[in-house]
Amino acid sequence: MTALLSVRGLTAAYGDRRVLNGLDFDIAEGGAAALLGANGAGKTTTLRALCGMTQRAGAIVLDGQDIAGRPTEEIVRLRVAHVPEGRGTLTAFTVEENLALGAITRPAREAAADTERVYAYFPVLKERRQQQAGTLSGGEQQMLAIGRALMLRPRLMLLDEPSFGLAPMLVTELFEMLDRVRREEGVSLLIVEQNAALALAITDHAYLLQTGAIVQSGRSEEMLADDGVRRSYLGH
Amino acid sequence: MELFTQQVLAGIATGGIYALMALAIVMIYQAIHHLNFAQGEMGMFSAFVAWQLLLWGAPYWLAFVATIALSFVAGVLIERIVFKPLRRAPVFSHLVVFVALFAIFNSLAGFIWDFTIKPFPSPFGTTPLFGAGLIGAHQAGMLVVIAVVLVALFLFLRTTRLGLALRAAAANPESARLVGVRVGWMMALGWGLASAIGAVAGMMIAPIVFLEPNMMLSVLLYGFAGAVLGGLASPGGAVFGGFLVGVLENLAATYVPVVGSELKLPIALLLIVVVLVLRPYGLFGRKPVERV
Ligand SMILES: Nc1ncnc2c1ncn2[C@@H]1O[C@H](COP(=O)(O)OP(=O)(O)O)[C@@H](O)[C@H]1O
Ligand SMILES: [Mg+2]
Repeated sequence: MTALLSVRGLTAAYGDRRVLNGLDFDIAEGGAAALLGANGAGKTTTLRALCGMTQRAGAIVLDGQDIAGRPTEEIVRLRVAHVPEGRGTLTAFTVEENLALGAITRPAREAAADTERVYAYFPVLKERRQQQAGTLSGGEQQMLAIGRALMLRPRLMLLDEPSFGLAPMLVTELFEMLDRVRREEGVSLLIVEQNAALALAITDHAYLLQTGAIVQSGRSEEMLADDGVRRSYLGH
Repeated sequence: MELFTQQVLAGIATGGIYALMALAIVMIYQAIHHLNFAQGEMGMFSAFVAWQLLLWGAPYWLAFVATIALSFVAGVLIERIVFKPLRRAPVFSHLVVFVALFAIFNSLAGFIWDFTIKPFPSPFGTTPLFGAGLIGAHQAGMLVVIAVVLVALFLFLRTTRLGLALRAAAANPESARLVGVRVGWMMALGWGLASAIGAVAGMMIAPIVFLEPNMMLSVLLYGFAGAVLGGLASPGGAVFGGFLVGVLENLAATYVPVVGSELKLPIALLLIVVVLVLRPYGLFGRKPVERV
């Protein structure tokens, strides 16, 4: 498989404090990768750096184009969708408006059909379509955040702790849905997760981040069996 | 009773102008979180441009539309040239630039067209309407124009994709950027719209206060009062606040003997202070929710 995203020597900093120290990783076309690590390791920063939301340096090659110098708005136009930490939907806007915004860079005609497609994934959003996003439950807000990202018809989705704050049953459902999106629509995924077991179950590759550096990487099922990983991230 | 009705109607008419100013102020406030002190002078300058076009023989409505278009472009350019580089600058830099813009537009108008007071035509004439003269023809026409502007803006913001993008950029720039909204250009669009709205206010008020470089000073203060009353976060609130200030101003001047026309302005300013003391975020504003 060829790499859709190829990252080499990625560094990022907040002010003069460097947080990422040269990351190398790849995501295959149609593949899924997990980015694991303790709190403060730099997972969120990695996703932010990929789509131009922090100072960064290094090579970020998406389908042959280096996007490291581009602003967020232009990277989105290459159909990279980022579901940020804390969801990032517009709380004072309705569900419908949030979804419409997800497709704002795409032709209006296609947006209507895509809204129905998102409602098919998340029927509850259709029931709530006139409601303000801020009034939804945590799970519904996460669905909206993912729905909004799907409105872009992304080729690559970056997800920052999608399970955060959700009931365990919902988490399982959400991950099954993400797996479906990848298999049925060929969307590549990069998932940052605290819940390593779940993330490893639906990805084919995993990277372990420790204080801004990748300390281990491999196939997800191998990582799942690895004693070190088990002890540090799976708690047994 | 007739005096009361008359004063309320007159208040609604001038209140409409304040509503436009308040709206323009809020549009820019939402984009850059600063109050544009030069908003009134921009509207004044637009009125002079219209006057010049009329002097060159343009029909009224052509001059009207052309002035709005030119003002829109000027607003966009001001954002691109002056405020874009200032985006991360401290409050003080913004303040200095606003004062500079204020002085530049004021002196430039005086330099080009001199400071003498000029009559400005009304497209609606000056005859009193409705026999008893409850409201002048200009006031009535002006209210129609204001209503058209407000409805058009409302439809733009609420029913178009560009309006949605503009609102999203103002509400949460980072979230808007993540779906591909070009936030910088949305700010420029906000400036353009504010400038165009200010132009309408300038052209509509000029027949009443006459054309001269200082004509918008008190209008701006009333506009601020309206915007603050409504809460700077809400365009609808700002419009309502503008109308409210207009009506209160007229009623106070008519029924409170000591107020008279000299004290109208201080009354408006007192209103701002009182509202802010009682409700720091305006009548309709809410305390911003901290993002965690
Ligand atoms: N906005 C910021 N300004 C300064 N430092 C930050 C900022 N965001 C994160 N950091 C620091 O960068 C490091 C990595 O943070 P982050 O990427 O959020 O980690 P993770 O998502 O893995 O928990 C942490 O030490 C954190 O304190
Ligand atoms: Mg994080």
